Amino acid sequence: MSRLSDKNLVIAKEIIARYPRQKSALIPLLHLAQEQTGYISREAMVHLGELVGVTSAEVYGTATFYEMFRFEPIGKYLVNICGTMSCALMGAHELMHHAEKRLGVKAGGTTQDGMFTLAHAECQAACTEAPCLQVNYRYRLRVSTTDLDKLIDDLEAGKLSEEIPAHGVLAKVRQHIAPDRVVGAVSPELVNQAPAWLNGKAAL
Amino acid sequence: MSATYSHAPGFVAGDRPKIVTSRFEFADSFTLERYLATNGYKGLRAALSRPANEIHDDVKSATVLGRGGAGFPAGTKWGLTPQQVWPKYLVVNGDESEPGTYKDRLLMERDPHQLIEGCLIACYAAGLSQCFLYIRGEMALAQERVAAALNEAYAAGYVGKNILGSNFSVDIILHWGAGAYVVGEETALIESLEGNRGMPRLKPPFFPAVNGLYGQPTIVNNVETLANLPWLLCNGVAAYTTVGTKTSPGTRMVAVSGHVKRPGVFEIINGTTTFRDLIFGEEFCGGIRNDKQLKAFVPGGGSAPWFTADQLDLPFEASQVGPAGSMLGSGAVIVMDETTDIPAAALTLTHFYAHESCGKCTPCREGGTWLERILRRIVDGDGTDADLQQLLEVGAMICPGDFPHAANEKLGLTAVPFPYKMTTICFVGPSAFAPVHSALTLFRSEFESRVTKRVTIPVTAVSAVKTVTPVGAH
Repeated sequence: MSRLSDKNLVIAKEIIARYPRQKSALIPLLHLAQEQTGYISREAMVHLGELVGVTSAEVYGTATFYEMFRFEPIGKYLVNICGTMSCALMGAHELMHHAEKRLGVKAGGTTQDGMFTLAHAECQAACTEAPCLQVNYRYRLRVSTTDLDKLIDDLEAGKLSEEIPAHGVLAKVRQHIAPDRVVGAVSPELVNQAPAWLNGKAAL
Repeated sequence: MSATYSHAPGFVAGDRPKIVTSRFEFADSFTLERYLATNGYKGLRAALSRPANEIHDDVKSATVLGRGGAGFPAGTKWGLTPQQVWPKYLVVNGDESEPGTYKDRLLMERDPHQLIEGCLIACYAAGLSQCFLYIRGEMALAQERVAAALNEAYAAGYVGKNILGSNFSVDIILHWGAGAYVVGEETALIESLEGNRGMPRLKPPFFPAVNGLYGQPTIVNNVETLANLPWLLCNGVAAYTTVGTKTSPGTRMVAVSGHVKRPGVFEIINGTTTFRDLIFGEEFCGGIRNDKQLKAFVPGGGSAPWFTADQLDLPFEASQVGPAGSMLGSGAVIVMDETTDIPAAALTLTHFYAHESCGKCTPCREGGTWLERILRRIVDGDGTDADLQQLLEVGAMICPGDFPHAANEKLGLTAVPFPYKMTTICFVGPSAFAPVHSALTLFRSEFESRVTKRVTIPVTAVSAVKTVTPVGAH
């Protein structure tokens, strides 16, 4: 069940076709696998290796470099509290202490009901809106301890399921290129001349 | 709780020229409909009605500086690729993760078509046959907005085969990362785009312009740099260079965070706006929160050596900030007021860089971690005075020689100019040391008051001990 589903396999093949070299599709495909199961299983890595023509060990090598990839199940909601400078100056550590108390786990831990994984995150690029956090990579800005309590309440009550999908789902919109519009990826070995528009004339 | 959207107040204040943020005031700024109603894709049309080399010349003579951190002129960068090697690629660096920086995220979320148009103009001018738009993994909304915009633009004939019915054809491929700061370094970005661990490559031989993606000539440009191009092509070089100064024309986006009254992301005039304008100006941040005193500020993202009030009157001009001992970097100012615990603040940054080290270069992998551990024990109250020296010695392994720092009248310090020497491939290692060095140089007393004096046993006492037969020895 951990290999890509038929539906995702179609998406995977569309992604692979966009790159001059198949291995380039690996990180987007790892995201796809994580979207399917919430984490990346061994079977998924074997499957991705088959799809892009590398060994599963190479897939694992790439995957383990990147923090967003998980190799065992985590909570439905990953709460990443930023702790880098701008947020730290504005009370991120206090927010983290509050979150640890409220959820009953330390940073890095998952609640027993499997709902929440709490994590310390590095700069999330919302520095003027400190302290900030992300739930499954959806922002919450200038978060007070009261805000955090309300957020947890809402997530527990299922009020935000529309906005915040379960862990693994990243962008809800995918790029899709219609066959009649695509230029197509070509292996660099097969190209040895300048593109057509570099002919010294205006293109229009 | 505040809205999901950031509400950076800078966008509505004042009547400064807006080159890249002109559409931010519209709620539907990210749609093709709004974009077309506000001069959208006119720059592309203007570009395509002239030969490609003329467009390249325009970008060169406008001196569009790179907005990613190094500040290298984009037109010059495009000219560094070899003449007769094809294909060439464009890689867009949207992996924004420098502490304090956020402008590319806003440009991608709020005006994705402007970025797409900028990519097209660059590909046309420099003869690049495929574009890869690499967005940071954690930015789900930016990925959604750019994907939606690309889908619209492809359908409307602005991207893909025979753009606007011409012989110009290029694909823009949305690619996204998975959480690694170092991938913001251009050679690491290329490694990551090839499906590998995102570790920087050694330069030479791997200068991207010559030997980049798949070993081909590759231009890596920052999101904000490319977002400038549609306006430039619509309004011309003369209009662009009337804003700002000769060496730093146009505007740039700067995020001011930390202890100010109104933190925000502002589009400021390049070259003339000073740090004082930005931190204390009424149209910008309006001063330090609770009217406290300014203690220090980071002028150009977490990697930059710190400034204090002595440097407030410096403008956003690399040729002045460099000799003053720091860098403008990625357009991020982090402000610390008098209540700031300096060693603890430095620790948050050093922790960041130690954590983000990819592990390729020993001085960074080991040194960054050492710096963090020593700093942490000082902050926790377990440090000794020898630790202060140790911090500098570890730092010297990453950056031998004088490390840049600002002048300080009260301490009698004269500036050591930027840049530094380094024993690592990329800037992650030196960046771990920069906050430590700045904090120790400018605020040494705060460290000294926190460490205990180490009591050493005199040499004579040690030799006296040696004459005593150990207990239990036979």
